[in-house]
Amino acid sequence: MIAIIDYGAGNIRSVSNAIRYLGYRAEITHQADIIRKADAVIFPGVGAAGDTMANLKKLGLDTLIRRLVLEQRPVLGICIGLQVLYSGTEEGGGYACLNIIAGQVKKLPPVLKVPHMGWNQVRQKRTHSLFAGIPDDANFYFVHSYYGQPEDPALILGETEYGVTFGSAIARDNLAAVQFHPEKSGETGLQIYANFFRMAGVRKE
Amino acid sequence: MLTKRIIPCLDVKDGRVVKGVKFKAHRDAGDPVELAAFYNREGADELVFYDITASSDRRPIMLEVVKKTADQVFIPLTVGGGLRSVEDMYRMLEAGADKISVNTAAVLNPALISAGARRFGNQCIVLGMDARRVAGAQPLRWEVYTYTGADGGVASGLDAVQWARRAVELGAGEIVVNSIDADGTKAGYDLELLRAIAQNVSVPVVASGGAGQPEDLYQALADGKADAVLAASIFHYGNYTIRETKNYLSARGIAVRL
Repeated sequence: MIAIIDYGAGNIRSVSNAIRYLGYRAEITHQADIIRKADAVIFPGVGAAGDTMANLKKLGLDTLIRRLVLEQRPVLGICIGLQVLYSGTEEGGGYACLNIIAGQVKKLPPVLKVPHMGWNQVRQKRTHSLFAGIPDDANFYFVHSYYGQPEDPALILGETEYGVTFGSAIARDNLAAVQFHPEKSGETGLQIYANFFRMAGVRKE
Repeated sequence: MLTKRIIPCLDVKDGRVVKGVKFKAHRDAGDPVELAAFYNREGADELVFYDITASSDRRPIMLEVVKKTADQVFIPLTVGGGLRSVEDMYRMLEAGADKISVNTAAVLNPALISAGARRFGNQCIVLGMDARRVAGAQPLRWEVYTYTGADGGVASGLDAVQWARRAVELGAGEIVVNSIDADGTKAGYDLELLRAIAQNVSVPVVASGGAGQPEDLYQALADGKADAVLAASIFHYGNYTIRETKNYLSARGIAVRL
């Protein structure tokens, strides 16, 4: 079973649809016991980083997510679910985040239209199972106004350019996170999920 | 590089796609779910469902269409038509829509934009705008029309450029600019209108109304400064496929997802 962490971000349905479409069982939940039992955990996100952190704390999920990562459990962060893994964000006047990945989240420079919305390429910086079968510079669907950059560049799996070059896919041990929305990126996006579940050793239904 | 988006728009009435659709590739040309899946396979970058059902029982039908589509089509889906409250928006998003397009309802109640943006984020709220040239005006001006589904619509008194700026201030994350003058002519988009809006807002602009051939899409993107193009009949009638249109645009130097 795959747990999709529900902290009131909305629009989680498309993530669970994609997982079901691929033949896996997904549970949308904020309950720690269910999340801990899952073979893999999806940490999705849409919306504001400040609200996300507040909701995570309220539900005790901040501690749980840190612990899952420490225990090397398979976790995939998406969009805001990537951004709040960093130390902090300048969104909304500045918030401390989960500090799982050292680095800061900043506003995209105003040289181009913000939000960065649409299909853009991900240049693969190193070989990783998350991108198995996906060509270099494949297009993924992005919607965001902020971007994160890890202090350790070795964590970057893929980079995207939009006024600035940022880490659009990062990974460390069994933790992976992407700024784009795999559940909105057609066949290529579904491949990301399929690769992640294979890495995590999740069995199909 | 961010690619330019090609977005087929499906008008849905009572749960069926209207406007003749002449594809042999699928069994039911009027089924919005099948057509959405078809366009997805063809390389559409996003999809728009526009509900033109007049009756009051439209909502459950459209919610079902959106749910079924979101179960099997994994590209962004915008839904518009008759959504008047944040609660209406919420139900559509919960069913699987990614963005909500508001038009007449936003003119009548601009606070709908800000309320929706606050609750769901700016990226969720698309302003759809129907604009018509003001005859003889120099410099050029365009007026926003509401209720354009019937009898040519109602003049709102709003200037298109000013309304676009205001909507962005309120929180609209994208603007679909539909030219009433060009709509249905297949003679090309209103490029001056597109440029006027694109130069005055910081959010993506989507061109709508007037596409008859791939050249028209090229002009909207290159000369009209649009970030995306919405098209209906050019694709529905099977004159051009999305794939060949994208190949054409790419050959002319427009970055598209192939």
